[in-house]
Amino acid sequence: MLTDFQLLAIGLIAILTLASTVAAVLSRRAETPTATLTNLTQRINAWWVMVAVLGLALLFGKTGLVILFVLISFFSLREFVTLTATRNSDYWVLLGMFLIIIPVQYWLVWTEWYGLFVIFIPVYCFLLMPALTALNGDTENFLERIAAQQWAVMIAVYCMSHVPALLTLSIPGYEGRNVLLVAFLMITVQGSDVLQYIFGKLFGKHPVAPRVSPSKTWEGLVGGLGSATALGAALYWLTPFNPWQAALVAFLSCLMGFFGGLVASAIKRDQGVKDWGYLIGGHGGMMDRADSLVFSAPIFFHIVRYFWAA
Amino acid sequence: MNEIRNRANKSVKRLTGSLLAGFAWAVTGVRPIWAGSAPSHRQRIYFANHASHGDFILLSSCLPRQERERTRAVAAADYWGKTPLRRLIANDLLSTVLIERQVSEGAQNPMEAMLSVLEQGDSLIIFPEGTRNIDEDQKLLPFRSGLYNLALARPDVELVPCWIENMSRVLPKGKFLPVPLLCRVVFGEPIALVQDEERHAFLKRSREALLALDPQQKRSA
Repeated sequence: MLTDFQLLAIGLIAILTLASTVAAVLSRRAETPTATLTNLTQRINAWWVMVAVLGLALLFGKTGLVILFVLISFFSLREFVTLTATRNSDYWVLLGMFLIIIPVQYWLVWTEWYGLFVIFIPVYCFLLMPALTALNGDTENFLERIAAQQWAVMIAVYCMSHVPALLTLSIPGYEGRNVLLVAFLMITVQGSDVLQYIFGKLFGKHPVAPRVSPSKTWEGLVGGLGSATALGAALYWLTPFNPWQAALVAFLSCLMGFFGGLVASAIKRDQGVKDWGYLIGGHGGMMDRADSLVFSAPIFFHIVRYFWAA
Repeated sequence: MNEIRNRANKSVKRLTGSLLAGFAWAVTGVRPIWAGSAPSHRQRIYFANHASHGDFILLSSCLPRQERERTRAVAAADYWGKTPLRRLIANDLLSTVLIERQVSEGAQNPMEAMLSVLEQGDSLIIFPEGTRNIDEDQKLLPFRSGLYNLALARPDVELVPCWIENMSRVLPKGKFLPVPLLCRVVFGEPIALVQDEERHAFLKRSREALLALDPQQKRSA
């Protein structure tokens, strides 16, 4: 008898194999592969790697997932801070974000110290970071600088750390299966991104916010969210939810994910760049892949915690 | 005996070079952008903006390994020669070319030191500003004349402008630990001295060629 985890792995491998096959057939049929096709193949190849890395981390449970998300937070924070305007006097605050805030936040996840985990960044760091900046005495663009620093740790560390924190919830009747909750969240939210991309490419006509992102269309949003909600319902067996609960939770997570992508696009547009970085071939940077996850993870975490956790 | 020592020396340098390149990549995710020139085995003088001690490590880690091993950075003797530890790092681990910024009696002429390295067939990394630029409001200081003298003496060696992005934020002057930020090194089109070009005109032209590579410049334009 296969475990749910193995079933899931087989399912994902089957889907990726199908995607790679379709991309290969399309590439062969096109005489000169278009930029979109080359990008599609790159994206699918990157998906293979990302699924393998996540799967491996999940096999190692809480420790594996915490280590993986420390790295993801590191890469995301690096991309975020690179894009914001900093001054030389911000040196200690910036260094502290990487050397203190990331390790402490994930240590709090690992030791399951919930009380401090939820307030360490929004209370302690948000007050002490500007204090440190003020002590340095450089008031040039003060508010812009501290706001950008706080938003950077909020997104790249605080919100992100809610994914591994799912493993710390104790849900009656669901003991030892929390890794599947992480898989559920990642698959529905990332699946929603992919489905929005596909629906947008096939039917997209009317942009949701044309000045922010011409590629995010109402057709892509409705088609992507609708099918991702159905995907969530179909995966209810991974979760403590029944099918309609799974559909509702998936819908809310994917809607938040859409907002995350939209906000990330607005930031990139403001800074005049197309991608956050270049870590993941075909996708851009880590934040280009994680923007939807950071918006959905805290909401998903608190819904599960409020309604299901003991 | 000397043979063994030479070989050991070489592998230590090779190892340090690779370790530093790996470290630079881990912290800054550095990647080269070849915009106007390509990696090549030609002998070259790479000239770059200078804001941090990490600059030449970042630049050399963008070169193919073989090229990295024969590319030597020119550094100030008054800083890198000051303590035994700095001398060890500069001479034995990184094989930089130390030159005196203030010409004084008995000191080796900086031009001679650089030319003798070129004579051996090695490539150079130089920072024509002559010092680290710590002025946040000024992108690039005026160039000193070393670049012109080198171009005049060795017209056969390619002069490649290299814009190092963000390094002043990663490792500001006087700081020891690097802040992880993404860096890129933009390698531009080689520039050469044209006939009868004056020193001042050439330095101005090469400075502008370097400034034009700054991606930030394009972004705000």
